[in-house]
Amino acid sequence: MASVAYNVIKFLRGSTTSRDESTAALAQRVTRRSSGMSELARTLGSQEGLCILDLGATSPSNIRYFTEHGHKSYSEDVLLASLDPGLVIEDEQGNRILDEKRFLAENLVYPAAHFDVVFCWNMADYLDESLVKPVVARLWSSLKPGGMLLAFFHTRDAGADAPCHRYHILNNETLELCPIVAHPEAGRGPGPTRTNFRLQRVFNNRHIENLFRDFASIKFFLARDNVREVLVVR
Amino acid sequence: MDPVKPSDFARGEAHLGKSLLIRGELSGSEDLYLDGQVEGTIDLKGNRLTVGPNGKIKANVNARSAVVHGKLEGNITASDRVDLKHSAVVTGDITTQRISIDEGAYFKGGVDIHRDAPKQEVVGAKPEVTPASTPAAAGASVSATGARPAPIAALDPRK
Repeated sequence: MASVAYNVIKFLRGSTTSRDESTAALAQRVTRRSSGMSELARTLGSQEGLCILDLGATSPSNIRYFTEHGHKSYSEDVLLASLDPGLVIEDEQGNRILDEKRFLAENLVYPAAHFDVVFCWNMADYLDESLVKPVVARLWSSLKPGGMLLAFFHTRDAGADAPCHRYHILNNETLELCPIVAHPEAGRGPGPTRTNFRLQRVFNNRHIENLFRDFASIKFFLARDNVREVLVVR
Repeated sequence: MDPVKPSDFARGEAHLGKSLLIRGELSGSEDLYLDGQVEGTIDLKGNRLTVGPNGKIKANVNARSAVVHGKLEGNITASDRVDLKHSAVVTGDITTQRISIDEGAYFKGGVDIHRDAPKQEVVGAKPEVTPASTPAAAGASVSATGARPAPIAALDPRK
């Protein structure tokens, strides 16, 4: 799996254009205040030795933030892992789908009740439909009782072309957003070839409540940039 | 991938080129530059390991410090620091006192920072602020605060 991921990573990075794309991405960085992050920061600042899982693209800023606060940081890019061509199978009707069993066998493999905090960022909006519920179920079992999960969801007003971002934590309440630029020919598993991570769907409040129905509590924060922040507690 | 200039690695360190493949236990008491493939274990206690851009390592690493430009699959235990350069692809858990990760590096695994000495640093690279990604310029540093839990010798197995 690692070698496949490595090839995917090399493919996504491209060759000569990756530097230009990175430069362009740097220019598009924006910052935003996050109410969910602000609330989580109180927990992160009041305790030490927490286990934190960051499911976004590798972020030096986030690892630094977590380790500065005395926590153990885990990083795993679930969206990137979902691009593995080896996950594509055909169902009984001949439709191309992603093999969720194989995906969960190779990703998010952690002991039960291991994490205190999970940062999903906007993963669910861009993850293949077949993987969303299984991934949330796996995260539920990986979280400790009382553990918290922060996720962002676009509202319908964000539009179908809302860019997929990587999130860097700048401080207790401010995030920096950087568009993720994939190789133009990067495939998206069973779907058609896409030029980038595309918004797969828009969750409304009821969808989100259903998605996290196994969790003990859920709290919504509506932001100005057509993003709904959701903080759930197992 | 950008080539690593000769000046990027110190004089006098052992050098294993990109055509070499080693299976088994690799240990020594000098700095090592690896640009080939190694499968097994690497034990360089008190010394530095540099994985070149062509390096493909499948091994648990024990060293004073580790600098990774290439691919490394395995756990890294470094008594001083770990640097993941922008071309690095690392899968495994890292236990160290200081870590620097360049923008663009891929990392999947856990980071456990332990601070045995009273004045250690945690370093996180932010190339947009400091384009030169040398360890000294790799980003903001903060002093460790308070007592830390004992270092975890073995992180949780993934497979």
